[in-house]
Amino acid sequence: MDYEPVIGLEVHAQLLTKTKIFCGCSTRFGEAPNSNTCPVCLGMPGVLPVLNRKVVEYAMKMALATNCTVNRESTWARKNYFYPDLPKGYQITQFDHPLAEHGYVNIETTEGGKRIGITRIHMEEDAGKSIHDESGGSSFVDLNRAAVPLIEIVSEPDMRSPEEAAQYLRRLHEILVYLEICDGNMEEGSFRCDANISLRPKGEKAFGIRSELKNMNSFNNVQHALEYEIERQRAILERGARVVQETRLWDASRSVTHSMRGKEEAHDYRYFPEPDLVPVVISDDWKDDILKTIPELPLEKRERFVSEYGIPPYDAGVLTASRALADYYEEVARLSGRPKIASNWVMGDVLAHVNETKMEIEEVPIKPAALAELIGVIEDGTISGKIAKEVFEEMWNSGKGPKEIIENQGLVQITDAGELERTVEEVLAAHPQQLDQYRSGKQQLFGFFVGQTMKATGGKANPKIVNELLKKKLSTP
Amino acid sequence: MEPNRLTIHELQKRFKNGSLTSSAITESVYRQIASVEERVHAYITLTEEIAMEQAREADRRIQEGNGEALTGIPIALKDVLCTQGARTTCGSRFLENFIPPYDATVVKNLKEAGAVFVGKTNMDEFAMGSSTETSCFGITRNPWDLERIPGGSSGGSAAAVAADECIASLGTDTGGSIRQPAALCSVVGLKPTYGRVSRFGLVAFASSLDQIGPITKDVEDCAIMLNVIAGHDPADSTSVPAEVPDYRVFIGRDIRGCTIGIPREYFVEGIDPEIRVAIDRTITTLERLGARCRDISLPHAEYCIAAYYIIAPSEASSNLARYDGVRYGFRAPDAENLLNMYKKTRSSGFGAEVKRRIMIGTYSLSSGYYDAYYKKASQVRALIRQDFDTAFTQCDVILAPATPTPAFRIGEKIDDPLQMYLYDIFTLSANLAGIPGISVPCGFTEGGLPIGIQFMASHFEEGKLLQIASAYEKNSEHEKRIPDL
Repeated sequence: MDYEPVIGLEVHAQLLTKTKIFCGCSTRFGEAPNSNTCPVCLGMPGVLPVLNRKVVEYAMKMALATNCTVNRESTWARKNYFYPDLPKGYQITQFDHPLAEHGYVNIETTEGGKRIGITRIHMEEDAGKSIHDESGGSSFVDLNRAAVPLIEIVSEPDMRSPEEAAQYLRRLHEILVYLEICDGNMEEGSFRCDANISLRPKGEKAFGIRSELKNMNSFNNVQHALEYEIERQRAILERGARVVQETRLWDASRSVTHSMRGKEEAHDYRYFPEPDLVPVVISDDWKDDILKTIPELPLEKRERFVSEYGIPPYDAGVLTASRALADYYEEVARLSGRPKIASNWVMGDVLAHVNETKMEIEEVPIKPAALAELIGVIEDGTISGKIAKEVFEEMWNSGKGPKEIIENQGLVQITDAGELERTVEEVLAAHPQQLDQYRSGKQQLFGFFVGQTMKATGGKANPKIVNELLKKKLSTP
Repeated sequence: MEPNRLTIHELQKRFKNGSLTSSAITESVYRQIASVEERVHAYITLTEEIAMEQAREADRRIQEGNGEALTGIPIALKDVLCTQGARTTCGSRFLENFIPPYDATVVKNLKEAGAVFVGKTNMDEFAMGSSTETSCFGITRNPWDLERIPGGSSGGSAAAVAADECIASLGTDTGGSIRQPAALCSVVGLKPTYGRVSRFGLVAFASSLDQIGPITKDVEDCAIMLNVIAGHDPADSTSVPAEVPDYRVFIGRDIRGCTIGIPREYFVEGIDPEIRVAIDRTITTLERLGARCRDISLPHAEYCIAAYYIIAPSEASSNLARYDGVRYGFRAPDAENLLNMYKKTRSSGFGAEVKRRIMIGTYSLSSGYYDAYYKKASQVRALIRQDFDTAFTQCDVILAPATPTPAFRIGEKIDDPLQMYLYDIFTLSANLAGIPGISVPCGFTEGGLPIGIQFMASHFEEGKLLQIASAYEKNSEHEKRIPDL
């Protein structure tokens, strides 16, 4: 039978606020264990949470950027369970009245564009971290992460393949990073994903029995885990058995999922309204203010780059991968007035160097204005494209401007036809043998003469003029 | 008269005219403690050294003319209020050695007002109880009859004031825990409106019901204390940023024309005849002062206990989850693994009543039961609140008994939780509705046991309560007594 996978994703994104969600402790990653803590995030007796307003603003940004309806009033709830890294014995989260609902994002599939529904986005606090001594004996608890703000983004079960799931995930990731509300680091856990997946016979409306997948800390892991799980469930269904509803963990080292807990062992979280916090009330004015801070999102930017700058969709995709890169490119394009050439430089030389040195776009030593200037001096014939590569290297290494480098190193292109004509004559005179061969029909040698002429000028000769001169000289003995 | 019998406002006059110092009154309080505490046992922890230091500092300030609202006044704190550097036990083995690194906001307020801290008073474990018998630090005895309970859960705070072991105290009230012991010990106890006083640093029992309030020797002291502790606190999101009036202006104000509602549902059965008589006498006094009494109805009154004993334990089950032995407080030794550590720690760290309520609450919130219990109780709570809103369109204050009977004997109800729960029948509703309530002495039984009367008003109308309570206090005919210790 032909089966169709049904996939829904739950994404947890850590928000980049300076302080935690309910106290003034720092959210900085990598500090000494338990140094970013206070009585409130340690869950000491008698302390109370106070909501960090920035968390609501960041969460609202994501909600608006993903076309959600932001609820005028949303409420807090307690999710109760015991674990050493959960200081209060409950997590403060949102349950039956979340911050935002009914959103969507668009993805591209082989059959065209597709809309993936977002059921809800809500705010909550993160738990701490337990570290287990492998040799047995002790476990350690680090509560630096406890009460770091999170948003949970729950999708509709709208995805039909691991590729779609991976694309949806990339889309969310891209938006979060664009909004500068999440660093998107999957390895450090700032962007985490759980997946619900079930199979049903193609054409069937009802959902099959699902499993929930956890512990996938990269886009590839998500895709591989889903692929594995589709095959696992398919095998079960094909032999006429039933899939068990359970939570499964992805084991990346062995590329398999294994059962973590069944439905019977599922926690009863005993959700109830959090009495220590008042509802979050969002006025239209507040929402409008946040709306104004939302930048152009990657998909819109991509479409605009294609139409406005006339660059191919692929190039637009690469250039909008991050807001910093897109801004960099756009400034080069604008200042140089040559968007296509700018795109070649940024996608080529700039990104090659960035990838090689693993630096951020913001750290690139060649500022957009300097790169635009370099494009300018190529376009006006001051230097050749070949020399430009050398100038670029020098700009990258020294941080100097192109004009300074060109002047200091005498790299200005030779466009004086008289001077070049003399050089061409010298080259021809110096290679009588090749000249004879050319004239007796070996046309391929044309390139040889071009190369020799360039060499004689230290690469500074204007190739177009050299070509014209050579053609003239070679055809008239 | 021994100075420790004086009220706050009487002491302030003596401080001002130089006839008494804070050091002298503080010493006299500790002399009284030395002589009666063995019998009463109102305190868990005494902080004499700190108190004497604070008293000396207060005397310096008074001399400089820089006295604040409570400068030099010896005050006791219920041991559920966090005090930086002084242990805060909540009457529980779990927190036997817990020393908070922070002050509750009310403690900070009292400090800033110049108060002298006598010590931390005994209470039912985590404020769960009506008799102070569930404390793991021993029972507190009623100063009026040492064979009887002082009420609870703020039994230590009420007994300490009644026995002149302090001048005033703070208690907390989740279902009557200030008003009920105040009534049983013949002192004044006020539960403010929910949100009037910051709960920061009050170790939570049931967060949506808990309020901190004063227990004092008279109504004027109550106003003085409320002035200091009331107001918005950014550290408590449920504290309300409403303006705080000077509550002293309500003291001695005429009550002519004031309408007093008598809820008929409260006077059907189960009230001790002597209390009934005292209430009737109170009504007569109030009418003589020009108040008009009228019959009102609180139709959902009979559901208060049921709703309360779902909501309070539900919140408690969650609030007390943090006592897991991981970070602070008690941890049972010799656990084999994590689950075993939790089980052993929580089984032996909590007393029977606390465990009972955690069980009830956990059950009420469980999947499959939530709708029938917690959710239903919350709906009933909304109706109870609505009852009061309607009632307060017909009257200014509501008059009710504070307790159905005078103080019962130690041990009488401790093995019968239901009887114990029923004892709070007249006080629970104010917590469910979030409204303020005050209990004032209104006489004694023939056997010499105190009787209290309760007034309730609409949200943030503490002024009305203080007005009517002080008018009654000044004109009541019952004799003034002091306990014979």
